[in-house]
Amino acid sequence: MAKINEAAMKKINDICDRYINEKTPLMMILSDIQKEYGYIPIEVQEIVSERTGISVAEIYGVVTFYSFFSLKPKGKYIIGCCLGTACYVKGAQQIIDKFSEILKVGPGETTEDGLFTIDALRCIGACGIAPAVTINGTVYPKMTVDQVAGVIEQYRSMEA
Amino acid sequence: MALINIKIEGQPYQVEAGLTILEAARQCGYDIPSLCTFNHGECSQGSCRVCLVEATGARGLVASCVYPIAEGMEIRISSPKAVEARRTSVELLLSNHNKNCQQCSKNGNCELLFAARQTGAREDVFVGDKTPVTIDQLNPSIIRDTSKCILCGRCVARCTAAHGNGILGFENRGFSTVVGPAGNRNFSDSPCLLCGQCVSVCPTGALMEVSEIAKVDAAFKAGKHVVVQTAPAVRAALGEEFGMKIGTPVTGKMVAALKRLGFAKVYDTNFGADLTIMEEATELLNRIKNNGTLPMITSCSPGWVNYAEYYYPDCLDNLSSCKSPHEMEGAIIKTYYAEKNGIAPEDIFVVSIMPCTAKKFEKDRPELSNNGLKDVDAVLTTRELGDLIKRSGINFNKLPDEEFDQDLVGTYTGAGVIFGVTGGVMEAALRTAYYVLEGKEYGNIAFTEVRGFEGVKEATLTLGGKELKIAVASGMKNAKPILDDIRAGKSPYTFIEIMCCPGGCVAGGGQPFVRPNLLPNEDIDILDTFKAKRANALYSEDERQTLRQSHNNPQVQALYKDFLGEPNSHKAHELLHTHYNKDRVRFN
Repeated sequence: MAKINEAAMKKINDICDRYINEKTPLMMILSDIQKEYGYIPIEVQEIVSERTGISVAEIYGVVTFYSFFSLKPKGKYIIGCCLGTACYVKGAQQIIDKFSEILKVGPGETTEDGLFTIDALRCIGACGIAPAVTINGTVYPKMTVDQVAGVIEQYRSMEA
Repeated sequence: MALINIKIEGQPYQVEAGLTILEAARQCGYDIPSLCTFNHGECSQGSCRVCLVEATGARGLVASCVYPIAEGMEIRISSPKAVEARRTSVELLLSNHNKNCQQCSKNGNCELLFAARQTGAREDVFVGDKTPVTIDQLNPSIIRDTSKCILCGRCVARCTAAHGNGILGFENRGFSTVVGPAGNRNFSDSPCLLCGQCVSVCPTGALMEVSEIAKVDAAFKAGKHVVVQTAPAVRAALGEEFGMKIGTPVTGKMVAALKRLGFAKVYDTNFGADLTIMEEATELLNRIKNNGTLPMITSCSPGWVNYAEYYYPDCLDNLSSCKSPHEMEGAIIKTYYAEKNGIAPEDIFVVSIMPCTAKKFEKDRPELSNNGLKDVDAVLTTRELGDLIKRSGINFNKLPDEEFDQDLVGTYTGAGVIFGVTGGVMEAALRTAYYVLEGKEYGNIAFTEVRGFEGVKEATLTLGGKELKIAVASGMKNAKPILDDIRAGKSPYTFIEIMCCPGGCVAGGGQPFVRPNLLPNEDIDILDTFKAKRANALYSEDERQTLRQSHNNPQVQALYKDFLGEPNSHKAHELLHTHYNKDRVRFN
């Protein structure tokens, strides 16, 4: 528990206050915390548990059930590779593998420098432009394996 | 209650409205194979699909454990379609199961194996990935093996029903789903009370106690002077391991078996219980007299002590400083008994037979030792004692009734016997407190106000001209409001008994499994009645005793005279009292 500073503690309690009188406040609370901090570690789940009376085990279950929630901080740039049916048949697996190969992290993981997280997504509804990749909301249509290195470089150079 | 008409296998029946098909069928004499459901609705997720039947008015097959009956419904259990579907459900459950059945300690009590036999699932029809194996055996009490988990959710439901915010939950999704403490942590790194209630409902070998039989074997091999003691609740349930009806007291046969197993002495933890009462009643009266911390709460239940340390570290002063009865008895065996018999304490090995898995953890607490020697060296559950007897070739049911060893620390009173049921410690303490304050025995002996299986029981008594409000709670869910009141400084009580397991030790996590489908000769409502049946075995043993108050135990009196001085003396404090840890971390 010691890891949470006072400001964060207050913020998390404020978020809990917003929804505490709702019938089922958990999803809303978690969703706001995820938006605010980018992840929901167990120490924060303990606070939410104390405020809502919902067990940590159950909260943990919700956090790990929905891919929107994360237990660890995510990278600055979230590379979402669609692996839905249409993208998959158009070679999405090779594309996500290429991202993994260059960034040296698997799907769901974050690079050591905290810049990139690779997310494997199910259908994002952009089958017409398969295989599709999104990076922080920017869509990269009809990706090819050869373009992957260039896209990564583009973001790295923005940081340099 | 409204009755409705249904048909099962073409036969007409009238049953109570509102039941599920499974419950109605049981009442009408049918036993639909089922697995995930437990005790009408305590856990009914309909997740395992083993209880599928055909019912008119429903689309396709329905899970009978969750589907309600309706007027005119016709139910088919034995139709080819239903039979085949149930078999497929079991085959699917087996397809990713770790089927090392003969090594599994649940062998003989496994409901999955039973369902497989019942439904005829014999072949590996579906071959594929297996659930990854995570084995948590870092704590001294409970082993969790995910490769045997069928995700039925019974343990989650039981942990929550007993303790409010349970520590078990489902996590991740799809094939990676596991049931465990948050983060798939081990039990030691989470605020688990180690009570074993989850073990007592797990249908497979996914949750089991840590066996200490090998430790006992090693002690015999090493030529130790091995002394055994048995908790009160064990005698009320051990017979079930040998096919006896629930509630059959087997005190005499249990003693006979232990003597044949080679234990140097067979003692009753009831002596320790009587000693606990002497110490605890004295402590209570002193706290009242000297304006000490009140209410005082009992400290016999190690699961409860774990809960207090994890969740109410600010209330630990309210706990009695008394060690639990078997720890007291162990401490006395390794000092007083050792001295009187001229045996070196380090050569003595004390084994406790307990209805409890948390006692295994308790015995390893460093504060429960004396001169670097543990008070108790090994704890076996009632089930493990059953295993020990079975492997030794003893025909338990044919044993004669024998008596506990009676020397030094052998006598016991009825007050000690009732420790095994919720309200028992309170009642035993009141019998002695009444005597101390009023100068005479309580006329009725029994304080019936504190008997029964309600989650919280309260009573007001007049003792020594003063009104005394008391409460008895079992299950941490029931204890929580009482503790919140104490924390807020507004508790109306003077003395409180808290037991971790709902119903007390008779329903402890180390007791024989109560599985209706494996017990065809028991009543269909056995899950509702087994606690009372076991409790009655204890209350009737209490009634049979000539001595029924702890202070009248002659050897307890002699122990004080020869060795301890008086209750709460310096020596008594050294050997019989303990302290608690307010710094336990819930999640590591």
